[in-house]
Amino acid sequence: MLIVAVTGCSEGPISASHADGVIYCSEGDPGGFNPQLDTSGTTADAAAHQIYDRLIEFDPDTNNIVPALASSWVVSADGLTYTFQLRRKVSFQKTPYFTPSRYFNADDVLFSFNRWREFDHPYHNVSGGIYPYFVSLGLEHFIESVKRINGYRVEIKLRQPDSSFLANLATDFAVILSEEYAQQELVAGTPENVDNLPIGTGPFKFESYRKTSHIRYRRHERYWGEPVQFEKLIFDITPSRSIRLAKLLTGECDAIAFPGHSDLDIIQQKTNLVLDEKPGLNIGYWAFNTLKPPFDNALMRQALAMAIDKDTLINAVYFGSAVRAKGILPPTSWAYQKNLRGTSYNPVKARELLDEIGIQPGFTMDIWAIPIERAYNPNSMKMAELIQGYLQQVGIKVNIVQYEWTTFRRKLREGLHDSVLIGWNADSGDPDNFYRPLFSCAAIVSGTNRANWCSKEYDDLIDQALRYTDPQERRLFYQLANSILQEEMPLVPIAHAYRYQAHQQHISGFKINPFGGVRFGQVKKSQ
Amino acid sequence: MMSYLLRRLNLLVITAFIVTVASFALVYLFPGDPLINLTGIVPANSEAYAQLQQEYAFDKNLFMQYVHYIQEIYQGNWGLSISSHNSVLDEILLFLPATLELSVYALVLSTVIGIPLGFWAGLRYQRPVDYGILSASLLGYSLPVFWLGLILILFFSLNLGWLPMSGRISLLYDIPHYSGFILLDILHSGLAESQAAMQDAVNHLILPTLSITIVTSSIVIRITRRSVTEVMESDYIKAATARGLSRGQILWRHGLRNTLLPILPQLVLQFTALLTNAMIVEVIFSWPGIGNWLLQAIYQQDFPAIRGGMLAVSAVVIIFTLSMDVLLRLINPLKDRDVHGTI
Repeated sequence: MLIVAVTGCSEGPISASHADGVIYCSEGDPGGFNPQLDTSGTTADAAAHQIYDRLIEFDPDTNNIVPALASSWVVSADGLTYTFQLRRKVSFQKTPYFTPSRYFNADDVLFSFNRWREFDHPYHNVSGGIYPYFVSLGLEHFIESVKRINGYRVEIKLRQPDSSFLANLATDFAVILSEEYAQQELVAGTPENVDNLPIGTGPFKFESYRKTSHIRYRRHERYWGEPVQFEKLIFDITPSRSIRLAKLLTGECDAIAFPGHSDLDIIQQKTNLVLDEKPGLNIGYWAFNTLKPPFDNALMRQALAMAIDKDTLINAVYFGSAVRAKGILPPTSWAYQKNLRGTSYNPVKARELLDEIGIQPGFTMDIWAIPIERAYNPNSMKMAELIQGYLQQVGIKVNIVQYEWTTFRRKLREGLHDSVLIGWNADSGDPDNFYRPLFSCAAIVSGTNRANWCSKEYDDLIDQALRYTDPQERRLFYQLANSILQEEMPLVPIAHAYRYQAHQQHISGFKINPFGGVRFGQVKKSQ
Repeated sequence: MMSYLLRRLNLLVITAFIVTVASFALVYLFPGDPLINLTGIVPANSEAYAQLQQEYAFDKNLFMQYVHYIQEIYQGNWGLSISSHNSVLDEILLFLPATLELSVYALVLSTVIGIPLGFWAGLRYQRPVDYGILSASLLGYSLPVFWLGLILILFFSLNLGWLPMSGRISLLYDIPHYSGFILLDILHSGLAESQAAMQDAVNHLILPTLSITIVTSSIVIRITRRSVTEVMESDYIKAATARGLSRGQILWRHGLRNTLLPILPQLVLQFTALLTNAMIVEVIFSWPGIGNWLLQAIYQQDFPAIRGGMLAVSAVVIIFTLSMDVLLRLINPLKDRDVHGTI
């Protein structure tokens, strides 16, 4: 009966074997299959929770940290030593390219950490050797040692207390790879296979990937957690938002990524579709490349921030399903500063500032707009066009630049942009996850600091914040950091968007993960 | 016959030469380093670059570079795709069959629908049936194929929910690549659920094939109709009528063959237009063929892939047109007279 409901009026193209698998229409190609190497949301979606597990996880309902590959852990009184007890009898995936001969143990944890932590590790430089998330947080400097106590116990020592450390280990990027597989590939002389033909302990094993088309996974039969309820998982890569919606309506997708904000009503009206909503831990912003004159001048950045009307942008681009951003943190974060004053729309003042620093009318600049939808910016092209209109009023001409996503991020890392409309999805609930990757000097190298802005004073403040565990004390440092950001304006915060996902009614257990990648391990599909 | 074949061969060589020169010129005309545009390999350091230069004769003059390029093409080394790092030729061989499959079905269907309808219209020249068919074909002819595809999706997929709107087959069926023609591959795969897979693949085929067929069969109708009316007006038909043959006998003995022979070459010419339409339709129906692939390559500025794709599509058109030309000559001795090559 349900099948009839799905297709609308006839049995149509749906056949019996469909019950065997779930098709998820994703929004873009992953950058690879190792989240250690890439902070892009598409990579996290494709790999982080399907193929891999972490030592600890966030519970998507309560946001608390819960055991995963580590069954328990102890933090020493001085906050410097973390001891993890590892889960026993956890199998790695068996695929045509790798057959594990042993269970998961401390060696795999050591390999996964030391790969990005130690510069002379045989795997450090494989696949580019850049570990953007860890570098942006400076984790390789924070960690003093990772030691194997015995086969199932690992001890991590920090140089200084870091109240966000556990949260960082639960993010999409702190995945545990197989040391045995890495050795096999190293001997075979093809170490980069570890990142392209992934092996992990997660609920699904990788089968095949065809760029711009699809990714295939199969159930990991010996998964340590709750058994997976269906055989095949497929990511149908569908960059166009309207085609994703159409495929959801025709039943060709069981679930879709990022339904368009203008399409939410259509989905809600269909009885066979479900729309989930959650306030997102994200920020959509407009960053200036502070290495490029005249954007190296804080007054220039202030002027541009004043020239745009954020309320109109939010209404036009997010259709009201977002909160106007004053600072960098969303209101759901515990460190959110209520009394912070955001910039207000004032084109006259903006023009005065521009005159003051000698920017002539007719000055031309680029705005780069991301080519894919993200929760933090569902339509960055439209936003760029609106900003183009605003800046025209203060005598600035705007070229809008767009490339395919992989190319876009490469050129962005090379610092070729004047300004960019992009954003950040938090990977953990900790405020440090906003302040550090977006503005710290270390994050320039790792490519998450899109403004290329660097301030010693600011870095000291956010480092100090981590030494305290009391939220009240930490909040003080973040408020000081906020005032620096207000003054310097390396980027204009625009909005914190709600997160949406849509799926067929016969799919259950598909929850919005507030911290990044989608999870299919718990999903069920009823007939 | 021998001299005819030689002339055709000559034409093939000249055309192939022009196409390869054009594709080689692209290496220099595209922005960026010509060597990277050619190979798709981004050398890590200057030594690797120098080695690559030597390997591809880029340290020599343009002529030597071209000669080397032809050798590489001949040996199947078409460079690497910048975005996927796979061999361009492998990718083309993966995607081209999907386009050919769509085109062949559409061509067959257009002929099967177009020729009888054209005959009917031609035999009922300037009567209501003729006007009816003619106006329908005019409508089909003037519809842009991308618009038609979208309308079909809107009606049959979104409103009625009868047919899927994207891809060749539901991704849940994992059909191993064998010939690249999905229906053959399903038969060859021997999957337990091949019956269901076949049904699913056919469902996926209907709308894209129909979009192309509507446009192409309109042209076929018009070509056939014109030929039929010309033949029916000719003296030998009048003579046959005067001798007292029945309409059926006239049509069967004198009409059919004389009508079909002149339209066959025109049908062959339609293949090029059909291939172009197929490439547009692919994009609309997310059909994993060469058109979709080329568009992605253009969007990602993947120059080796664009160059390879252009070369492959031109090669298909040239080879198809010339071999059809030879074939038609075999069945139509009248063609003896025009010895000069045409494309």
